[in-house]
Amino acid sequence: MNFVFITTSLLKIIGMIFVVILPMVSYAVYAERRVSALIQDRVGPNRVGPAGLFQPIADAAKFLFKEDFTPAHVNKFYYWLAPGLAMVPAITTIAVVPFGSVLLGVPMVIADINVGILYVFAIASLGVYGIVLAGWASNSKYPFLGGVRSSSQMISYELSLGLSVIPIFLLVGNLRLTNVVRYQIENGWMIAPFVGDWANLGKWLLAIPMIISFSVFTIAVFAETNRLPFDLPEAEQELTGGYHTEYSSMKFALFFLGEYAAMITGSAIIVTLFLGGWHLPLPSWHRGFHWLVVDGTAPGWRGVAGGLFNIATFFAKVAALLFMFMWVRWTLPRFRYDQLMRLGWLFFFEIALVNIFIVAGILAYFHF
Amino acid sequence: MAITVARPNLNWRERLYLPAIAAGMMITIKHLKNAIFGRTKVTMQYPEEKWDSNLPEHYRGAPALVRDTAGRVRCVACQLCEFICPPRAIKIIAGEIPSTDRFAKVEKHPEEFDIDMVRCIFCGMCEEVCPEQAIFLRKDYAITGFTREEMVHHKDKLLEIGGVMHGVVLKWNEKK
Repeated sequence: MNFVFITTSLLKIIGMIFVVILPMVSYAVYAERRVSALIQDRVGPNRVGPAGLFQPIADAAKFLFKEDFTPAHVNKFYYWLAPGLAMVPAITTIAVVPFGSVLLGVPMVIADINVGILYVFAIASLGVYGIVLAGWASNSKYPFLGGVRSSSQMISYELSLGLSVIPIFLLVGNLRLTNVVRYQIENGWMIAPFVGDWANLGKWLLAIPMIISFSVFTIAVFAETNRLPFDLPEAEQELTGGYHTEYSSMKFALFFLGEYAAMITGSAIIVTLFLGGWHLPLPSWHRGFHWLVVDGTAPGWRGVAGGLFNIATFFAKVAALLFMFMWVRWTLPRFRYDQLMRLGWLFFFEIALVNIFIVAGILAYFHF
Repeated sequence: MAITVARPNLNWRERLYLPAIAAGMMITIKHLKNAIFGRTKVTMQYPEEKWDSNLPEHYRGAPALVRDTAGRVRCVACQLCEFICPPRAIKIIAGEIPSTDRFAKVEKHPEEFDIDMVRCIFCGMCEEVCPEQAIFLRKDYAITGFTREEMVHHKDKLLEIGGVMHGVVLKWNEKK
C-alpha cells in the first residue's frame, strides 16, 4: 500500500468512471437512438450540435431540471434506494475487468483480484435488487409485476450465466481475469482456440463447446441486463414501463442509465472472457511473417502507444458488442413469459451443463 | 360461436427459431446499411430543406394581391371576395381613385385590404370569385407570428407576396 499504488488506483477509478463509462453510457443512449432510427428508415436525433452529438447533454439537462416527484403511496426509503442500487453494481463490476495491458508501468485494471469472475457474478446479481426494490417500493400494480418478473427472470438466467463460463476456467485454471486474458493471448481467443495451433485437432473440437458457451453467456447477459428480447420487467406495452413506472426525473434516468451501464459492463465481461480482452494480434513481416503481440511493456513512447492501442482495442470490441445489443433489440420481439422460462430452464441450463462435460472430456482426452 | 383456429404445423426448422432470427437480423442490417448509404428515402429535413421546390402547381398557399405588368394594383375593391370568404378573413375598405390618376377610369381601389391569416382556410374561393384576376393563392405556407395582429396581412404585405402577375387579362388598359 504505497503512495504510487493508491494514486494510480484513484486515477484509474476516476478516469474509468468519469472519462470512460459515464460518457460511454450517455453516448450509448444516443447511438441506440440513431441505430434504431436507421434500422427503421428514420433519421433519429440530429438537431443538437453537429449530427445531434450534443443530444446526451441536452437529455441530461432535461432530466436534471424535471420535477423530482415522489408519490405519496410509496415506501420512501426503498423508493429512494432503488435507483442507486440499479446504477451502482453496473459500474462497480467494471473494477475487475482488465481494459488494457500496461500504461507507463501501471497495469490497466482497477482491482486485479484472484476471485475475478466470482466478484463479477456477486456484484452483477445485486443489480436485480434495484429493480425488485423499485417494483415493491412503488406500491402499485405495474411496477410490482415488473419487479416480480425481474426476479424470476434473474434466477432462471443467472444459472446458465454461471455454468457457461465454467469451461473457460477449466481451461485457464484460474479465476483472475488478467490471467484469462493472458491465457487467450498465448493460446488463441476462447471462441477460436485453434488460432496459432492449426494442426491440433483437439483445439478445433474445443471451438465447438466454446462457441456454444459464448452464445449461452451472451444470451444470458441479454436477459441479465433486461434488454430485448428479454425486457419483460419493463415491457412498455403490457406494464407501461414496468418497475420504473412511478419514477420521474433523475431517478428514472438512473434506471435508464443503469441499464446501459450494465450493458457496457456485460459487453466488457464478454470481451474479456471470450473475445481476447484487450488483445489484438497485428501481422508483422519483420524477419519473416508472425503475429505481433502489442502491449505497453516496450520502453519509451512505443510502450505508451502500445498501451493506448490495447485500451482502444478493448473499447472498440465493447462498442462492437454494444452495436450487436442494439441490432438485436431492434430486430426481435419480446418473448412471452412462459417462453422465457422454458428457454431459461429447459434449454440454456441443460446446454450449459452438458457443455461443461464436453469441455472436460476434450481436456481429458487431448491434454493441453 | 367461437372459432377454433388450427395451430400451424411447424417443421423442425421453424421450431428451432434460429433461422427466423437470422433472417430478421439480415433484414434489419440491410435497412441500416441502406439508411447509412443514403439509399433510403427519409423525412424532409425541414428547416434546411424546404417545400418550395417540391410543391405541386395547384398548391394553395397564402392569398395575395397582384399587380399587372403596368404596375397597377389589379383589385378594384368590389368586395366579392370579402363576401364569399367562408371564414370571413378578408376586410376591405374601398376608396376612390383620384381623377388625376393614370387609371382614373377604374374609379375604385382598396384603401385597406386585410386578410386575417389566423382565420384564412386556404380554400381559394377568393381567387375563384375575383372578376378582376386580382387575388391569387401563392405558394407561401409558413405564415407565423407572435400575436394575432402580426398574423393579419395588410395591403402592402399582400402586394409584396403577390408581386407582378404576367399573362392575365388586361381589361383596364389606357387605350381601351
